[in-house]
Amino acid sequence: MLSGNQIQALLEGVWMTVRVFALAGLLGTVLALLFGIMSLAENRLLRWISRIYVEVARGASAIVLLFYAAFAIPIILGMRSGRTFVFTAAVVALGVNMGGYGAEVVRTGIQSVPRGQTEAATALNLRFRDRLRHVTLPQALIVMLPPYGNLSIEVLKATALVSLVGLADLTAEAQNLRVQRAVSGSRAATSLAIFGTALVFYFVMAQLLAVFFRWLERRLAGDWYRGRS
Amino acid sequence: MSAFAQVAFSWDWDYALRVLPDIARGLWQTILATLVGISIGMVLGLLLALLRRSRVRVIRWPTIAFIEFVRSTPLLVQLFFIFFVFPGFGLVLSPFVTLVVGLGIHYGTYTSESYRAGIENVERGQWEAATALNLSAATTWSRIVLPQAIPTVIPALGNYLVAMFKDAPLGFAVAAGGILLAAQSEASRSFRPIEPFTLMGVLFLAVSIPAAFFVRYLERRYGYERA
Repeated sequence: MLSGNQIQALLEGVWMTVRVFALAGLLGTVLALLFGIMSLAENRLLRWISRIYVEVARGASAIVLLFYAAFAIPIILGMRSGRTFVFTAAVVALGVNMGGYGAEVVRTGIQSVPRGQTEAATALNLRFRDRLRHVTLPQALIVMLPPYGNLSIEVLKATALVSLVGLADLTAEAQNLRVQRAVSGSRAATSLAIFGTALVFYFVMAQLLAVFFRWLERRLAGDWYRGRS
Repeated sequence: MSAFAQVAFSWDWDYALRVLPDIARGLWQTILATLVGISIGMVLGLLLALLRRSRVRVIRWPTIAFIEFVRSTPLLVQLFFIFFVFPGFGLVLSPFVTLVVGLGIHYGTYTSESYRAGIENVERGQWEAATALNLSAATTWSRIVLPQAIPTVIPALGNYLVAMFKDAPLGFAVAAGGILLAAQSEASRSFRPIEPFTLMGVLFLAVSIPAAFFVRYLERRYGYERA
C-alpha cells in the first residue's frame, strides 16, 4: 500500500492536473463558442477560417499539438523555455484541441434550434447579437450540454499527456513514485498500488464531472419547463 | 543577436529532407499500430457488448464497471499500467505490444457501446421470428442479429479508427516506435526541433484530415446517425 507521503505526492499531482484542466477547458470553451458561431456566419471567409481551424485543431491531435507547442514554438519565437512557458504551452495546446471539437458541438447545437425561432427573432427586429444571446444560444445550450460534458471528460483524460513534456501532474507524480521505488528495489505490488491509485483518482475526477454535468442538465431543463431561461 | 535569430528561425531544407525518411518510417509504425489496435478493439468491443447483455449479474455488472472505468481514465496511464504492472504478474510485453493492447482495450470499451446500439437497433420481430423458427441462440446471433447489427456500426468504427490514430503516437511514452518517437529522438540528437516537429505535424495532418473526411463521407452515404 502507499504511504502518506506517496498519497500526498499524488494529490499534489492532482492539483496540477486540475489547474491544467480548468485553464485548458476555459480556453477551449471560448474558442469553441467563437469558432462554432463563426462557422454559421453569412460571410464565406469567416466560415472558411472556422472550418480550417476545426480541421487542423482536431486533425493534429492533442499530443502532436502539445509537443509542437512545448518544443518547436519557443524556438520559432526565439524565447527561452522555462516552467511557465511549458505550462502555458500545455494549456494552449489542449485548449486549442478542445476548441476544435467544441466548435462542432456549438455548431450542431445552434443548428438544432428550429429555423422558425431565428425567423421570429428577425421578424421582431432583433440584431444578430441579441438573436444569439436571447433566442438561439439559450435553446442550443440544452442540446450542447451532454456532448460538452463528454468532451470535458476527454479533456481531463488528455491532461495526462502534459506529463510527457515535463509538468508535474498526477501521471508524472505516479511515474516519479514508480522510479523511486524501482531504485530502492521494491516489489511489483508497489507499481500496482501507484498506478492503480492514479487511475482511481482520474476515475473519481471524471465521475465528479459527469455528475456535475447531469446536475446542470437537470437544472437547465427544469428552468426551461418553468419558463425561466 | 541577429546571428542568433538567424539560426533560431532558419528552416534548413537539406536537414529536413535528411530526416524525412525517419519521420515517414515513424508515421508508418504509427499507422501499423493503429491498424492492429483497431482490430483488437473491434473484437474486444463485440465481446464486451455481448457480455454486457448477459442475463447473469456477476458477468454483466463487472463488464459495465470495466467499461466505465477504462473509458474515463487516460490511455497514457493505462499504457504505464500495462508496461510496468503486468510484468510483476509474469506478463512482460514489448513496447509495440503494450501500445496495441492498450489501444485495443481502451477503444474496445468505446466500440462496445456502438455494437450495443447496433444490436439494440435490430428489430424485435427478427428475434421473435428466430424463436418461432426454433433457431438456436448461436444461429440467431451469428446468422440473424449480428449480420444486421454490424453494418450499422461501421461508420462509428471508422470514427474510432481516426481517433485511435490520433492517440497512437502515445506509444512514445513506453518507447514504442512511431512518428513522435522518431521526431523527438531526431530533435534531441540534433538540437533542431523545428524541422522534425513540423514534418511530424504536416505528415500527421496529411493522414488524419483525409481519413476524417472519408469517415464523414461514409456516415452520410450510409445514413448513420450518432446516438
